[in-house]
Amino acid sequence: MTAHVRSTDFVETSAGRLPATVAAIPVEVTPKAANDQGDGPVPAAHENTDQPTPRSRFAGLAEKSGEWLANIVPPLLVVLALGLIWEMAFSSPTASLPPPSKIWAEAKDLILDPFFVMGPQDIGLGLRVMTSLQRVAIGFGLAAIVGVLLGALVGQSVWAMRGLDPVFQVLRTVPPLAWLPISLAGFRDANPSAIFVIFITSIWPIIINTAVGIRNIPQDYRNVAAVLRLNQVEFFWRIMIPSAAPYIFTGLRIGIGLSWLAIVAAEMLTGGVGIGFFIWDAWNSSRLPDIVVALFYIGVVGFVLDRLVAFAGQIATRGTAAS
Amino acid sequence: MIAPVNPTLHTTSRNENRPFLKIDQVEKSFKRGKATTHVLRDINLVIERGQYVAVIGHSGCGKSTLLNIVAGLTNVSSGAVLLEDQEVSEPGPDRAVVFQNHSLLPWLTVYENVKLAVDKVFGATKSRAERHDWTIENLSLVHMTHAKDKRPGEISGGMKQRVGIARALAMEPKVLLLDEPFGALDALTRAHLQDSVMEIHARLGNTIIMITHDVDEAVLLSDRIVMMTNGPAATIGEDLRVELPRPRNRLQLVADPTYVRTREAVLKFLYERHKSPSLDTAA
Ligand SMILES: Nc1ncnc2c1ncn2[C@@H]1O[C@H](COP(=O)(O)OP(=O)(O)O)[C@@H](O)[C@H]1O
Ligand SMILES: [Mg+2]
Repeated sequence: MTAHVRSTDFVETSAGRLPATVAAIPVEVTPKAANDQGDGPVPAAHENTDQPTPRSRFAGLAEKSGEWLANIVPPLLVVLALGLIWEMAFSSPTASLPPPSKIWAEAKDLILDPFFVMGPQDIGLGLRVMTSLQRVAIGFGLAAIVGVLLGALVGQSVWAMRGLDPVFQVLRTVPPLAWLPISLAGFRDANPSAIFVIFITSIWPIIINTAVGIRNIPQDYRNVAAVLRLNQVEFFWRIMIPSAAPYIFTGLRIGIGLSWLAIVAAEMLTGGVGIGFFIWDAWNSSRLPDIVVALFYIGVVGFVLDRLVAFAGQIATRGTAAS
Repeated sequence: MIAPVNPTLHTTSRNENRPFLKIDQVEKSFKRGKATTHVLRDINLVIERGQYVAVIGHSGCGKSTLLNIVAGLTNVSSGAVLLEDQEVSEPGPDRAVVFQNHSLLPWLTVYENVKLAVDKVFGATKSRAERHDWTIENLSLVHMTHAKDKRPGEISGGMKQRVGIARALAMEPKVLLLDEPFGALDALTRAHLQDSVMEIHARLGNTIIMITHDVDEAVLLSDRIVMMTNGPAATIGEDLRVELPRPRNRLQLVADPTYVRTREAVLKFLYERHKSPSLDTAA
């Protein structure tokens, strides 16, 4: 089920204003009754207890292969058509941008071999993407850990929420690249600065969505934890994380998208061998076909990252989503 | 077989003067901003060990609030709840609750839901193998071992409620608190579960407080029916003994004069002396 996360979702909570997501990016959200729990201990009536019976696996499989074809053919046709239009529009010798045929002729090596190494600065785009991904892995990984912990704090404590939420709301609107000069000044090195920019860009949706998820833990689960006398650590792992998982993964998915946006931009300025700097370098040496190929790489990798996090979310929230 | 409910209980039970569970002058008001609702007033109740007490009253009168106070999930405004002379101040596994909407954790299997409670309560006293056996034993008590690897989303409402009961029983609570445990079930499933609970009560001798709004259920299952007046500021209107011998059979009871008399007394209380306020306004 795909739903647009509306910025109005969960805006009013009993302790104040909390927006659902940082950006209005379409994401899959597990439908979950968004209960506003009172501070009383009476179990809140929540409607997410009954669920559709799972369909037979076999029927699902047959349906899936048909679905798969239906999903793959239309986009292929669209890409072909767009390529044709592009070719016709830019085939004159005076055109400002290269047509697909020229890109193929001039950047064939980049397209066909993503992993060649011809020298320290002359390597395949696959390898460049890998270095960028490494930075994203570190920056986003840190953001995920810190973001979930801070989100849990904000979601759990009214006072942390009152103190931190306004700060978050201001900081999250700062564009990724605006962080770069100050992080360069702080770290005095390009690589940690780029990682920091990813971290600071992707952490906000993770914090905010986690907080919303924690605030939406049904009172029933809290009562169960109270009767069992779960301690803070047990409560975090056994109740909070699984219960808020659908929300957390929504935040992670927005976060990974922002990370990828940020790294390409940051690398343009910090240099190195990442894919972002490659584009900047190609621009400076007027290799337009290379840029087009790099854009294609970036798009595909961004798409794959998004799907990966979505897939991880589906696996991790199987239990919660079923309820 | 099932171990004795709690071996330490027998020593304390010799002291006849000490009440097992005492609800003493409990008052409860909820404050929301400036508005205060007085929900419970002047609640006094002494419950003996092993007694099955049904609490009945119209919806909204404060039954759940009373149960949550005994569970420690809600604080009293004044008064106290004493369990074996200890004042109840926080929730704990000695007062296990079966919640109205089962409240199983959906990301855990049936087995894991019960095991979580067993691990928490017996983590220090039972070995890993013993805890596994104890989990299975409690699941078999409610006839749910066949579905132990299913998630709550994959089983029926009646089955979920069984698992909730198994989870509560597995804690070996001093008092078992049931909040309308069969309220959301169809009549047939409900009858099955009622029989299960009667059987478990006969075998283990648990002390049980059960909230219900079903008169037949109250008379069939309990030793004592506590009837609550309508809110706001509800209190105990009548406290009736059910003098029916056990084991009880629902089919034979229908014609039993004691059963009929008890049932009539509760119905009179609920529908003549303390009519539902919502019915009043509708008329
Ligand atoms: N946390 C709370 N805050 C304010 N009022 C509450 C709270 N919990 C219960 N009440 C009120 O107390 C009254 C009794 O509720 P409850 O104990 O749930 O009734 P019952 O279980 O008998 O149907 C109701 O009027 C309800 O609105
Ligand atoms: Mg209730």
